[in-house]
Amino acid sequence: MALETRPKFVGVLSCSGEEEPEGTIARNAVRLVMEKYHPGVAVSLCLPLYVAGDEGEQEFAKKVPVIAVDGCEKACARLSTEKYSGEVRDAIDIRALLREWGVEERLSRSHPGELEQELTERLALEIAKKIDTMLDNGEVVPRTESQRS
Amino acid sequence: MSEKKVYVIPCSGIGKASASVGRDATYRVVEDLLPGKADTLCLALLTLQDEEAQDKVRENYVVAIDGCAKDCARKNVEAVGKAPDIAHRVQDYLKKHKDLKPEVVLDIGEGGRKLVDLMSEELAGEIEDLLEGGD
Repeated sequence: MALETRPKFVGVLSCSGEEEPEGTIARNAVRLVMEKYHPGVAVSLCLPLYVAGDEGEQEFAKKVPVIAVDGCEKACARLSTEKYSGEVRDAIDIRALLREWGVEERLSRSHPGELEQELTERLALEIAKKIDTMLDNGEVVPRTESQRS
Repeated sequence: MSEKKVYVIPCSGIGKASASVGRDATYRVVEDLLPGKADTLCLALLTLQDEEAQDKVRENYVVAIDGCAKDCARKNVEAVGKAPDIAHRVQDYLKKHKDLKPEVVLDIGEGGRKLVDLMSEELAGEIEDLLEGGD
């Protein structure tokens, strides 16, 4: 039997984004994907561990395909991954998505209300769809079929 | 009184409820308790070595708040070449208030919110002291 070498996990890496409402949406959406949409498949890493951690963290993008989720055009998640770890498989720019969705309201970084929660859920679904595609095309093979949501 | 601002920089922890406590305490300090005197900064900008963010760290006071022993906030500040003026771990507050355990990352619960209250009050006091003793 051939040894399965395809990755079992998808890395979903959020910008830290403490300054911006989109950062809060990014972090919470990534957490939702890990807990609700793709538990056991979606894994994450605290972005600043690229500096504070060790080689293990820097190997992250080499071990698993990474979806970078960025709250602003500075693209810290994508660029930091590229700088310390390797190419990202896919990337999401939340501000671009919000424009596409026609969201013009002022958002809160510290007190997410109904709108922020709705946007977090929509973003989580966008990320989940990207993971679905990787699972469907066999790029990622979860340990058991039951880990697919 | 110092002319400098204080940047309160929490870790970006996505895996632990203690990181959410650190972030909420940061927002409480910068938005409610010390608006205009304190602000926050995306830690990931330091990870990315963003020059503007590095200058803010070098030219102002910095408070690092970490949610676990990996100390990402403190270490990313130190990577700029400066030790934070104040550095805390959420766990140190938890040791003093064992009954206020935060629940989960997306909802820290009642205990976590009380811990945020205590932590932010203490932090704001330390920051006031820092600003009054300024250089």
